[in-house]
Amino acid sequence: MDLSFVILVEVLYGVASLVLISAGLAVVFGMMKVINLAHGEFMMMGGYATITAVGLGVNVFVAMLVIAPLVVGLIGLIVERLVIRHLYGRLVDTMLATWGLSLVFIGLATMIFGNTTTGISTPIPGFAFGGYQVNGYNFFIIIVSIVLVIAMYAVLRGTRAGLIARGTMQRSDMAAALGYSPDRIYMMTFFCGSALSGLAGAVLAPLVGLVPTSGGAYIAKAFITVIAGGPSLIAGLVSSATSFGLVSQFFTFAISPVIGEVALLIAAVVLLRTMPQGITGRFFKGKL
Amino acid sequence: MSMNRRELLGGAAALSTAAMLPQAAMAADTIQLGSILDTSGIFDAYGKPMDQAMRLAVKEINDAGGLLGKQVEVAAYDTQSDMALYSQYAQQLTRQDKVDVVHGGILSASREAIRQTMRKTKTLYFYNVQYEGGVCDRNIFVTGVTPAQQVEVLVPYAMKKSGPKVHILAADYNYGQITARWIQKFVEENGGEVVATDFFPLDVADFGSTITKIQQTAPDLVFAPLVGGAHLSFFRQWSAAGMKDKIPLASTTMGVGNEHKVLTPEEGNGIMVAYNYSQELDTPANIAFKAKWQAEYGDTTAIHELAVSTYQGIMLWAAGVRKAGSIERDAVVDALETGISIEGPAGKVTIDPQTHHATVDVHIMEFEGQGMTVIETLPQRAPIDTQAVCDLQANPGDNTQYEIEI
Repeated sequence: MDLSFVILVEVLYGVASLVLISAGLAVVFGMMKVINLAHGEFMMMGGYATITAVGLGVNVFVAMLVIAPLVVGLIGLIVERLVIRHLYGRLVDTMLATWGLSLVFIGLATMIFGNTTTGISTPIPGFAFGGYQVNGYNFFIIIVSIVLVIAMYAVLRGTRAGLIARGTMQRSDMAAALGYSPDRIYMMTFFCGSALSGLAGAVLAPLVGLVPTSGGAYIAKAFITVIAGGPSLIAGLVSSATSFGLVSQFFTFAISPVIGEVALLIAAVVLLRTMPQGITGRFFKGKL
Repeated sequence: MSMNRRELLGGAAALSTAAMLPQAAMAADTIQLGSILDTSGIFDAYGKPMDQAMRLAVKEINDAGGLLGKQVEVAAYDTQSDMALYSQYAQQLTRQDKVDVVHGGILSASREAIRQTMRKTKTLYFYNVQYEGGVCDRNIFVTGVTPAQQVEVLVPYAMKKSGPKVHILAADYNYGQITARWIQKFVEENGGEVVATDFFPLDVADFGSTITKIQQTAPDLVFAPLVGGAHLSFFRQWSAAGMKDKIPLASTTMGVGNEHKVLTPEEGNGIMVAYNYSQELDTPANIAFKAKWQAEYGDTTAIHELAVSTYQGIMLWAAGVRKAGSIERDAVVDALETGISIEGPAGKVTIDPQTHHATVDVHIMEFEGQGMTVIETLPQRAPIDTQAVCDLQANPGDNTQYEIEI
């Protein structure tokens, strides 16, 4: 009983962390069709923003949930104005440009923070459940990702801004004809996507040792999750994160963490072979 | 003017001899020490202090009048954490600079990339890094500790403090695999039992499920030879889950690159390790070494095990040259094979003639307030792992890295 609860928490945590890692990319790649290979570096910068802010005496939750998304969002804004806006609609070119950006960010972070591992400790203590110790921070990550998904849904579905953004992504010429500036809407959407990446990096920072090259660890998982999710933004994100989280955690517990990672990749291959349009290309069609 | 072939050749020979003369004279004036380290890129946390230690050692030798009345000159190359550059610079050092000795290499991969070049060109080579053991080559001297030297002393200590059931978490490459086997061997020899062994690729950073699994196997002790930044997450998540005060941890790698300064005291305190060096080592030799470092670089926080190994490696080489009275490779090797020893910052270091590895003092330590507190010192531990497979006295032509069977 205790064990099944602990495993349930771990599985939920696995799903939640996939949602977090992929949310920013889902907006930037899924909505805007920009292949952002610097996504991992946006997360890395979120982590550094948190650690720097905490070092300056800011409350750790404020640093993670407010400062890091803002900082990374602003960096994303600058990047969008300087580079990305010239490349909308040119899928392969965005790939090359953002790959270059990722190298630049790694270089800059190395210059500023040095090439050593840094980190902060988790702000929430672990607790005992039956005979087991559970990492209290896992619950925080689960809650953050649930709130995140609900917030994204609410904004895209419920607000006028969300409606305009979705409309612009589908037919920017029509949006322009209706008097909205696609240029500004793209800019704001990229800002939101970057901020989400920053948030993910910040929230995961206390669990890892951060180095300037940390982003590389997330990028593959993020792309797999978003691509396997398919055309629907939120339904796709949640459904693919759930499937992959379940598969990888199942094999992790049954065999080993290495096999868990392998199982995730195999699941992705099988999934994309049977459903080339992604999960939401077949199920939950037309959902957001 | 007519000139026959003999005159022409004679003249040319005389000219070229004349041209070579100043160079030959110059080469005789100084001794050339080649250094090849990653002082930039992802391994610079290891390489930079090693480079500083190398320069400190050379400066000290020169200030004391040099070797055999000659000054030692450094030819240093930065390999930028790129394995391809190792072979390139090794060629440069041995064929163009024609150095008398090379110190360097950090990862085992980098050592293997340059070892054969050193051997072929008959350039004496020192590898001053903790590694997995087993290299058997008359041209190389290894001054870092090998797994058995650490594990042999750390296992009994850690088991005595905790209990007989051990869970091993190791990095998934040759170092981790070999070290895990040594841990298993010594755990069993000490009457314990390994309940589980898990291996992790170097980029695994999520240990949540592992921590749950460890609670299922319920060991008395967790042994964690994990490597690199991603694996540091384990120590952080372990502490976050509140496990730190329930099951003690021991490691053979944690702290080699000063990782313990990254963990907060709450996360690190109590982790048991065994190394040749700790900054907290309270010996006159170490205090003097730290003072010299302070005078040269202004800050001693960067000193780590690998830097001290480098310093000791150069001092051993210098002792060998003095004893041989020559800079010729074979003479120096013979001198080092007499079982020469020096007093380094980490204690006495002796060359083991059979393996060309080092017999060193090993200190059992525990992390405390981001430092390593020395609990117990075990003097002069021989490299028994490499000794089991390598005998350069009986077989001087050997040129292999043995996989040590346990």
